[in-house]
Amino acid sequence: MCDFLVNGKIVVVDVNLCVGCQSCMFACTRRFGNAGLGKSAIHIGSAGGIERGFVVIICRGCPDPPCMKVCPSNALRKRDGGGVILDAGKCIGCKNCVKECTIGAIFWDEEMNKPVICVHCGICANYCPYGVLKLEKKGDD
Amino acid sequence: MIEGDPLKKVLHIDLSIKRFWVEERNDLFEKFIGGVGVASQLLSEECGKKTDPLGPKNPIIFAVGPLTGSFPLASKTVSMFKSPLTGNLGESHAGGRSAIAIRMAGYGAIVIKGQSSEPVYIAVHGNRVYFKNASVLWGMGNSYSVGRILRERESGAGLRTIMRIGRAGEELISYASVITETYRHFGRLGLGAVFGSKKLKAIVISGNNSLKVNNVKQYRKTYDEIYNSVVNSPAMNKYHELGTPINVNVINSIEALPTRNLKEAKFEYADNISGETFLEKYLGRRIACAHCPVSCIHLAALRESYESDPYFFKTTMISYDYEPIFSLGSMLGIPNPDELLRLLEEIEILGFDAMSAGVVLAWATESQEAGLISEKDTFGIKFKWGDYESYIKALRLVIKCENEFYEALGRGVEHASTVYGGDDFALAFGGNEMPGYHTGPAAYIGFLTGARHSHLDNAGYSLDQKVISSNEKLTPDETANKLLSEEIWRQILSSLVVCFFARGIYTPEIVTKALEIMGYNLTYDDSLNIGREILKIKNNFKKENGFNENNLRIPKRIFETKAPTGKFTEEYIRQGVSAYFKLLNSD
Repeated sequence: MCDFLVNGKIVVVDVNLCVGCQSCMFACTRRFGNAGLGKSAIHIGSAGGIERGFVVIICRGCPDPPCMKVCPSNALRKRDGGGVILDAGKCIGCKNCVKECTIGAIFWDEEMNKPVICVHCGICANYCPYGVLKLEKKGDD
Repeated sequence: MIEGDPLKKVLHIDLSIKRFWVEERNDLFEKFIGGVGVASQLLSEECGKKTDPLGPKNPIIFAVGPLTGSFPLASKTVSMFKSPLTGNLGESHAGGRSAIAIRMAGYGAIVIKGQSSEPVYIAVHGNRVYFKNASVLWGMGNSYSVGRILRERESGAGLRTIMRIGRAGEELISYASVITETYRHFGRLGLGAVFGSKKLKAIVISGNNSLKVNNVKQYRKTYDEIYNSVVNSPAMNKYHELGTPINVNVINSIEALPTRNLKEAKFEYADNISGETFLEKYLGRRIACAHCPVSCIHLAALRESYESDPYFFKTTMISYDYEPIFSLGSMLGIPNPDELLRLLEEIEILGFDAMSAGVVLAWATESQEAGLISEKDTFGIKFKWGDYESYIKALRLVIKCENEFYEALGRGVEHASTVYGGDDFALAFGGNEMPGYHTGPAAYIGFLTGARHSHLDNAGYSLDQKVISSNEKLTPDETANKLLSEEIWRQILSSLVVCFFARGIYTPEIVTKALEIMGYNLTYDDSLNIGREILKIKNNFKKENGFNENNLRIPKRIFETKAPTGKFTEEYIRQGVSAYFKLLNSD
């Protein structure tokens, strides 16, 4: 449950295995005790029509995160192992981080008006029945 | 229902005046749960008995349920409407992303009425509803293009459904389908024509809600219980690996696969078009409905070269399932899987229901053999079993509707046989073209009594198969009793909008548990009472609209071709039908 404390990182093993079931997205919102999709930090969409397969959009855990640099209220700090950690109390909801992420991996919680940021906990990988996602830990091959 | 759950919201859209509003209907969702229960009640409220199926007053109703978005495999959308094919109750279910999109947009149901004066499409993004001009899309030859255009034009990628019609819907063909996410369909009973009659080309729905649950800990536990039984279950494996076409060889081996308009029940080329062959030679990708890890949707990759330039290729992805393989394969005697896929692709391009279309073409072929229709009627086409090109030509002519014959074909075999004869082999039940199961009497009693005349209403084909393997004999009354029990329970599953493939996983116990988390306290007995009530609402609607179980036409062909249960009589079927309605109305 607390895998992220060991600074693991979610990686996409093989996107061609993805069937688009979105179980990962639902798992991510379930972290917060909610059903639905509104708090998911991972997104699965078609790669221009379902016949072409799917794209997985998830935080890459940048070592030098651009999202952090554009936060005007210092609500984002570096996470050990890559990516950022949000201090929601400092966040003013400007969406600069959302705009800055090149791959669109910062999502928006409309209810809270705050970003949804991946903490690389691995719950999405636990609910991927096809092995598309993996929580890579330090020392893994 | 949990307080604040947006499920209670019913979005009403009126295309005549281009307005929309939301009604909160706690009453409806508390009493009937969601899906088919809610949609049946809405249909009875919104659709008066003399409503013209192709008129502005016919409602298009979509409904989802409380488990949608909260538990896996509750991902079906139920549509209800008055059917232009049967002139009576219309009900068709589809998966894809439709159910999740409706739920995440913040609705439990959507009701569309009225008629636009010009082609439109509707975009529902959360609480915003837009009416958009679709004149450019109207008349477009290929339904795939319509999907592609809307995909680029509208927002919500990954979180949306794009339901659209093809030319068949625009031309009000009685068995036109609505295609969703390119590979799933509201196929049966002509919802596409109802869209067309409203000048409604498409609906895009997207949303990104989160939902509250009772007891988070229990929620996660119950979720895992369901999820794990789905991903580990051998029962689901068959849908996952070979998909529904696993049944081609199974049904053929017991000699129940309707072949050449059910002149036979065994297709000598079944193996060519079986799930195994498709897996080995064609399967290009497997995909899933939103919030369903099973991925039963199988896409065939069809690689074809152009006649004019044999070095020029195209590869098309075509979704295949058991039913279209039956209706366009064995039923039309097509032995070649490439040709079957070409025909299926044409069905998708034009937007027909694959099942009805195949049965209609099979009737036309036999009618021409019997001399009931001439080459003058067909504009020179000489139908021949297995000749897929003539079937493609005929489907295009059905769309053009330039003479009485093609006009009749566009209204289904029940109608066409009243004009040209051949009703002994016009294989529709309750006005709906048959599915691919000549298993025995329970299948046919099921098609005749089922509220929407579908094999999915009460799974008579499955009952026949049990009878065959156990060697037991059922009386018509016993058969009726079993079919009714199944249909009652299926009202609950389709009110939860749980996929029928997961019926073994959503046991009464699991249903009760999952519902409790979404704020419903229902025992199994409560559920059965609700199921029975829903079925009664549906049958009352049917009676008001002229359904009479004593006037059902039964094509003689089903008694002539031997079924695996052995031959059965019309008397047996009629007794079963009458026993079914006696039981349904008994309390």
